[in-house]
Amino acid sequence: MPRQSLLRETRTAVIHFSVNRETPRITPASNIRNRRHIATCYNTGRAMHKDTLIVVEHVSRDYGNHRAVDDISFSVARGEVLGFLGPNGAGKTTTMHIICGVLAPTSGRVNIAGYDIAEQPESAKAHIGYLPEQPPLYPELSVDQYLRYCACLRRVPRSRRAAAVANARARCGLEQVGGRLIGNLSRGFQQRVGIAQAIIHSPSLVIMDEPTVGLDPHQIVEIRELITELGADHSVILSTHILPEAQTICDRVLIIHEGRLILDKAIDALHGDGVPAFTVALSRPPVPEELEGVAGVTAVQALDRNRFRISCAAARDTAEALAAAAARSDWGLYELVPEAGTLEQTFIRLTRGEEATRPAPGTAQ
Amino acid sequence: MMVFDIAGNELRRMFQSPLAWVVLAAVQFLLAMFFFLLLARYLEPNPWAAARGLTEVVVSGTFQIAGIVLLLVSPLLTMRVFSEEQRSGTLQLLLSSPVSLTQLVLGKYLGVFAFQLCMLFMIALMPLCLWLGTRLDPGIFAAGLLGLALLLSAFAAVGLFVSTLTSQPAVAAIGGFAALFILWILHMAGRTGGERVAETFDYLSMLRHFDSLLGGFFSSVDVVYYLLLTALFLTLSIWRLDAARVYR
Repeated sequence: MPRQSLLRETRTAVIHFSVNRETPRITPASNIRNRRHIATCYNTGRAMHKDTLIVVEHVSRDYGNHRAVDDISFSVARGEVLGFLGPNGAGKTTTMHIICGVLAPTSGRVNIAGYDIAEQPESAKAHIGYLPEQPPLYPELSVDQYLRYCACLRRVPRSRRAAAVANARARCGLEQVGGRLIGNLSRGFQQRVGIAQAIIHSPSLVIMDEPTVGLDPHQIVEIRELITELGADHSVILSTHILPEAQTICDRVLIIHEGRLILDKAIDALHGDGVPAFTVALSRPPVPEELEGVAGVTAVQALDRNRFRISCAAARDTAEALAAAAARSDWGLYELVPEAGTLEQTFIRLTRGEEATRPAPGTAQ
Repeated sequence: MMVFDIAGNELRRMFQSPLAWVVLAAVQFLLAMFFFLLLARYLEPNPWAAARGLTEVVVSGTFQIAGIVLLLVSPLLTMRVFSEEQRSGTLQLLLSSPVSLTQLVLGKYLGVFAFQLCMLFMIALMPLCLWLGTRLDPGIFAAGLLGLALLLSAFAAVGLFVSTLTSQPAVAAIGGFAALFILWILHMAGRTGGERVAETFDYLSMLRHFDSLLGGFFSSVDVVYYLLLTALFLTLSIWRLDAARVYR
């Protein structure tokens, strides 16, 4: 039975994509990276005009004696996709709850589109769509009934509700299931209903708490595409602990650890971060000193008899030089792997609990 | 506007779950049995019934038992209102929407109360059908109906408040039932104290005010009592939800 439902979903997914191809507004999946790049440039341009949508200032939150969020400040520009990273229990969800007004901060302020969430909660909340980790669904309602209710909760005028529901349903690939009860839908479809609920009123800011957890790989790809698409005309704050995911969809990442903001950087800037390195495997390795002699190599670390980790100044030039040297001296080069995921390195370096080396929140960017 | 949308959704969700239908059916069946027994008792020639008349014996009798049955049933209707929203996380949807807590609580309350009025309508149909064959005292009938409506309104408010306290519907049901039962029999607590104490507890007891309305005795004190009780517990619910945002 689960197999069948998976097949059905996959089929719907294909329909969804083909519909997308015919719509000029949406680019096919293969171009997403380029599109994101364009979107990023566009957004940075906007950000330069100080078009900030949300400002979080010195927000802290205590649960009894435990400080879950400690003096976090950041801002999000209009149209920016912001990734919220951190180990489990770092305070991501609490921070998101505070931004949405679900929780009140112990101290600090949140300002959304010019409205303080504590002083004018209703005006501020009208700009937010929130998808909690567990999608907030009523299983006894049908998809249409539920979305209509959400539209009126989000103050969509009565005359525009039907159009808003139809639009949200179309964007999340829910056209086929409008009449079905939410409780009978699969996990992937429920997640989509959750997203539809968050974008039904075209908010300027969509906040999503781990939107791809518990989905199958197909669905994860779809949801990521949807988020990238959203990033074109909404700001998105997204929490995740899947680092490659953040690297593909986000423009900027925040890393939170033990309630404190320890990194706030644009993804592009992150690539220049840290020391580039790669691993080489040689079947007839020379002495390490000889490797160090290759142009650009700054340090060599022997991993085992055949493998070496090479640190260098510029990964590309050094790799080229090293390959040439290996061919010249007949070292038998059979593997040359650049170290993947600079974000992952940064993340692990920052959150491994090296208290002394942790930079203060203010020093990041 | 928003309040009625929330109330409408609450009502729709209730009717879309089997609980509401089962409650309606069970209450109707139980009260029909009592109604039949009271009617049979009235039809037997006896001086007790003759001295009171049809309305007082059958109509007020049915309403009195309805009060007790609904005291048992109401916590089952209100238990899920906020508890389930807390447990399933849908409360986050409501709290992140541009809806004030007052609108939220009022909407939920009106939804539950509308359902209770449906129940009341079904119950009232039974004594009303006596009108086909005989004459009832409209004053006693109306006062009894009003009393039952006010009682239900207070039940809904108390149950709603208890359901904001916990994320476990079963706990909310038992807690709500205990709270209602204490309010119901509060006058008994006054018996051990002096006259002043007895008077105070008498005033606080839900049963006393219901009894006087059932007897056809309309007093603004009784009406105000129920309205105050409802307003008090709705305010407490709003405060509780607000405090949960700050202190949880």
